Amino acid sequence: MKKYSILLLLLMSLAWGCNDKAFLDKQPTNILVDSQIWADKSLVLSVIADLYDRVPEFQTITNWSEFASLDEGFASNAGDYGRHKNTEYGYGEWSNWDYGLIREVNMFIEKCGTADKLDPADKSRFLAEGRFIRANIYFELVKRMGGVPIILEPLTYDFNGDPTYLRKPRSKEVEVYDFIIKELDEIKVDLPKSSVIKSRATQGLILAMKSRVCLYAASIAKYGATTPTVTLPAGEVGIPAGLATGYYQKALAAAEELINSGDYSLYRKKENLSENFSNLFIDKGNNPEAIFVRDFKLKSGKVEGWTLVNQPWSQAEDLEGGRLNPSLNLVQSFEKLDNTYETYATNKADGDYIYFTSPKDMFANRDARLEGTVMLPGSFYKGKQLDIWAGFLLADGTVIKGDNFGARKTLPGKTAAEYVVGFDGPIDNLEFSAQSGFYVRKYMDLAVGSGQRGVMSEVWWIRYRLGEIYLNAAEAAFELGNNAKAATYMNIVRERAGLIIPLTEADITFDRVVHERKVELAFEGHELWDMKRWRLAHIIWNGQSTELTTNPGKADEVSTRVFGMWPYKYYNPGGANDGKYVFQKIIPAQVTNAHRFRLGNYYSDINSTIRNNNPLITRNPNQE
Amino acid sequence: MKLQLIIILGVLSSFLYSCGLDNYDAPGSVLEGRLVYNGEPINVSYNDVTFQLWEPGWQKKAEINVAVDQDGSYSALLFNANYKLIIPSNQGPFRSKLNAESASDTILVNLNGNKVLDIEVEPYYMIRNPLFTVAGRVVTGTFKADKIITGVNAKNIEEVAIYVNKTMFVDFRSNVAATTLAGSAISDLNAITLSTTVPALVPTQTYVFVRIGLKIQGIEDLIFSPIVKVNL
Repeated sequence: MKKYSILLLLLMSLAWGCNDKAFLDKQPTNILVDSQIWADKSLVLSVIADLYDRVPEFQTITNWSEFASLDEGFASNAGDYGRHKNTEYGYGEWSNWDYGLIREVNMFIEKCGTADKLDPADKSRFLAEGRFIRANIYFELVKRMGGVPIILEPLTYDFNGDPTYLRKPRSKEVEVYDFIIKELDEIKVDLPKSSVIKSRATQGLILAMKSRVCLYAASIAKYGATTPTVTLPAGEVGIPAGLATGYYQKALAAAEELINSGDYSLYRKKENLSENFSNLFIDKGNNPEAIFVRDFKLKSGKVEGWTLVNQPWSQAEDLEGGRLNPSLNLVQSFEKLDNTYETYATNKADGDYIYFTSPKDMFANRDARLEGTVMLPGSFYKGKQLDIWAGFLLADGTVIKGDNFGARKTLPGKTAAEYVVGFDGPIDNLEFSAQSGFYVRKYMDLAVGSGQRGVMSEVWWIRYRLGEIYLNAAEAAFELGNNAKAATYMNIVRERAGLIIPLTEADITFDRVVHERKVELAFEGHELWDMKRWRLAHIIWNGQSTELTTNPGKADEVSTRVFGMWPYKYYNPGGANDGKYVFQKIIPAQVTNAHRFRLGNYYSDINSTIRNNNPLITRNPNQE
Repeated sequence: MKLQLIIILGVLSSFLYSCGLDNYDAPGSVLEGRLVYNGEPINVSYNDVTFQLWEPGWQKKAEINVAVDQDGSYSALLFNANYKLIIPSNQGPFRSKLNAESASDTILVNLNGNKVLDIEVEPYYMIRNPLFTVAGRVVTGTFKADKIITGVNAKNIEEVAIYVNKTMFVDFRSNVAATTLAGSAISDLNAITLSTTVPALVPTQTYVFVRIGLKIQGIEDLIFSPIVKVNL
């Protein structure tokens, strides 16, 4: 008994000695609370940096495979061959209903509004940025879904048993566009006017985004009239045709204000125009054209793997590369320097092949953006020549090729084995080889180590650049009947691409507008949204296995499968043309079905869970 | 020991008994039929035309989608219940007919056991008297395009086409040979002729399947003729 009481006294004294307050009131080192964040502008910056990064995006350099969803490229990666085997796009494709993210941004805006500990200038800038991000998210929503409920404050459930007051109906598609435009107008004054700031919102960016948003609204109003069943009676989908002109005018005005401000200019630093174009995307020092980017930094944890997954296999710095192969559909769209369209001639009129000394000769005298966007056979990357050739073509028509990179076989008449296929392929069904005959060059980093898994790249992702703004202005001007102005703006962009013969007023047609965007903005994530707003998507991706068009300048040509073109070495020892290159147009073996974009794909599916929870939400059309 | 055995057996038998408690009976009533016009089936492309069955009474509303096959037939394995059958307005190369019982285009289906239900609809066009002939590798089809809906709801023909495929699935997606003719280029709706050349088939096949398709302006789904097998 005595033992226990002494023990008890001992324990009690120990407990008395503990400093409760300090132990129980330790501050967490991994959680920041509102009172801490909203008193320190660097902490607020870290919150908004996270929000900037979370705006939804479809095709970017951080998810390369989505670029193979349509017809710009082939996915030379076994896990993605399915993209070329599916016929229909599911109605849920591209769907987004992330109101959790909207709530977070609304909370940021609400808290920023009451953050009195911040410097007023900082506070108004952060508030403007929060509203900018929110407007961006709504733009991504309306592009995918049409009209959505516009929620501008965090909603809270009062736990009274009746949540029906939280049910908000969809706004009209035009109301969402008007909301975005209004927000952009209102926040502009609180943002810095600086072309040096590129990863945060600036006044220049507001104008750039406004030109794109207004252009989209205008096109939907105008071209939506060609698909009258792609509408909903209460306006959640579809914009009245009469509003088109007004939006085109706003788009043109915003684009011109940005162009005339002189704050940005087209990138012109290299003499070789193809090199100049490819450099535009990887040169982060004093880049006058980039307006808004998603930035990355080496050794920071925020790096991107575009170069890693796309580098040519023959010179890969790691066991990775060669995934996105541009299609012949895209490659043949680049015009000749005299402004004419011409598909690649592989054979002469009499059926004989056309022989080239170097495979690159096939692509001579073309728009400089071709070589700046695509790695062509025979071209160089990081100082080494690419090794794209599919095999030997003998004089009797037989082909000797390999089934692995740089395979070796003995040619007839020779005794020793030699390479019979390039180290970059193309080899059908061999992933990471150039199965379309091309590798992608746009956004490919030239820095040593950028192709290593442990290093990767800090090349940025450009969301808005001045080149697009010129094209926005040209399209708006054309649609308003001002062909002279449209030609002027288009020629500025084309001149940078080596197309120095200017287009005349009469040359500017809808086909020209569509084509220019396709070649200038390839692999920049515009194609789906452009084809949707022009209501061309169901025409060019109509599910039919049509041959590759011979009319690459025509906007409504069917393009449902990705094609390729392979160089072969001609083997005719002692005879004519031995050692020269010939080409064959092919369809990669894994392309077994044609893309089908149905009317119900114009606005993605709002799934039944959302509609059951909120019966006010109307379903998107043509999906039932 | 005996007690343990009894307990184990008791537990095991409760497992088996609970299997019965947990599982639902499988649906056993077949609702089948065809989409027809005056008794004649409406031929469509596979997986493109669907209609909905709704069962009222549940807290959350979700439709049961029923797909219509190439020959206009459908079948669904369901539980016995009162269903509302709706063909959404944008589905199919036809318009729904007014149902007297529901005073709308909804068809009330009281399912109690198997049921055969042919659904009468009003197509914009019907393909009449399709005849196919083969000369060498050229397949020729002649038919009459019968305009069924006239008046304010009428629609024009956007194009007609002849489709040939190696398999029994024949339409604009699935074909080895196809020829189209724009609606504006049709001179006589009563006698339209289309022909297409079948390419060399690997592996060799001495027969193909062919049908005529008609695309109506403003309607996504085409109407077809029945699939016919022809020998090359």
